[in-house]
Amino acid sequence: MVKSGQGAGPAIRVEDLRVVRGGRTVIPGLSLEVPRGQVVGLLGPSGCGKTTLMRCLVGVQQVAGGRVEVLGEPAGAKQLRHRVGYVTQAPSVYGDLTVRENLAYFAQVVGVRRGALAAEVNRVLDLVALADHAGSRVTSLSGGQLSRVSLAAALVGTPELLVLDEPTVGLDPVLRRDLWEIFRRLAREGATLLVSSHVMDEAVRCDRLLLMRAGLILADDTLAGVLATTGAPDAERAFLTLVDRAEAAAGAAGRSTGTSTGLRA
Amino acid sequence: MSLRLTAATAARVLRQIRHDPRTLGLLLVVPCVLMGLLAWIYNQTPLFDRIGAPLLGMFPFLVMFLVTSIATLRERQSGTLERLLALPLAKADLVGGYALAFGLLAAVQALVASTFASYVLGLDVAGDAWLLIVVAVVDCLLGTALGLFLSAFAATEFQAVQFLPAFVLPQFLLCGLLVPRDQLPDVLHWISNVLPLSYAVDAMHTISVDANGGADVAQDIAVMLAFVVVLIGLGAATLRRRTP
Repeated sequence: MVKSGQGAGPAIRVEDLRVVRGGRTVIPGLSLEVPRGQVVGLLGPSGCGKTTLMRCLVGVQQVAGGRVEVLGEPAGAKQLRHRVGYVTQAPSVYGDLTVRENLAYFAQVVGVRRGALAAEVNRVLDLVALADHAGSRVTSLSGGQLSRVSLAAALVGTPELLVLDEPTVGLDPVLRRDLWEIFRRLAREGATLLVSSHVMDEAVRCDRLLLMRAGLILADDTLAGVLATTGAPDAERAFLTLVDRAEAAAGAAGRSTGTSTGLRA
Repeated sequence: MSLRLTAATAARVLRQIRHDPRTLGLLLVVPCVLMGLLAWIYNQTPLFDRIGAPLLGMFPFLVMFLVTSIATLRERQSGTLERLLALPLAKADLVGGYALAFGLLAAVQALVASTFASYVLGLDVAGDAWLLIVVAVVDCLLGTALGLFLSAFAATEFQAVQFLPAFVLPQFLLCGLLVPRDQLPDVLHWISNVLPLSYAVDAMHTISVDANGGADVAQDIAVMLAFVVVLIGLGAATLRRRTP
């Protein structure tokens, strides 16, 4: 089941990424690396650019500059699209189809052959514990079940990289724990996961953290590393410390050069 | 583009419709009811035989235009379009899948409405009755293709619904049903020459009055099919994988 060769370079490499949306610079120049086979948390407040960054990684975002490389290929490259699974923030499946029909369609799209279709759909249904609801129409499901269907639709075809946009936000604690168990299991089987959240508690469940604010990465480290550099007792206070330091640094830079630190238009 | 993925997409769209029996019922019944109403209005006059056929092409065109516009708008708003565009699905597979699915539905709709008009309402045409069905199917395809293309420019349901009066009703006014096209003011006549619905009405009119108009009808059908291909191509071209 191990799909990603170790030592084949990082799963994600972003260099000096710039994104402008609606005339506003939302990512002013961002670089990061995500190693293979790990669960990496992309944490930061709402509106900090997490979704935009994820859209860049899966190749659906127009970028203004920089390089985005995923599994050794330019992000969004044709040969990459069946190797990357993407779960959008709002569940994106067909409400008027059954769970099985949804998964079968997405499986066909990623190239699962007709003969292997039923087995692949069953495998993913078991993984997200939705086998009992396979024949249910998606609109009749609960919120938690719906988000698992959306996740399952990204798991068909066993992608090497999973980009999950706030998959656990707003779900009950039991379901969140179950989802994190699924993520860990996928990573054990060799997949790389980038999981975003604006809830800092999720930091303890990740192998590495990317702390993001205002389109920039404040920290790219393990939780232990972040806590050590900030001297904070938990991820939330570590994040706040980093924000304060960044603002102090920006303020000092602004005073020394006498220019505004506002973003360029 | 892959035939397998286009077919898989078409099957998925048809499955969605199958789970919505009321829509399916409306698609098949509404054109029949409208034709019945028309026959009733023009009871005892020869007018039904004259405009019945052109309208037989018009109703399915309207219905398929609306259904397609809403379906693609839903795909956009539900986030499934963004998911699909991140996956190895060619844009032509998606647009082609929709065209195929709605084209099949359109064929059934045209078959039911034309059969109903011919055999129940006694619509009498000079040409071959089966040609009515062929033109109606192509007309439905035209509605689907136009809906696929224009829905790219609709950001909300309100806009999509208003595309009907904005882009379809002018075609209705200029298609030759109210005033024969050659009697329109020159400018309007030229405009009507580049509107697809004009050819649908021309074809239906020929079938109504000319027993030997097969060649003319074939020419009109060829023009309509060209419109279908161009509109589907434009529909695929306006779909962007990367959005701002």
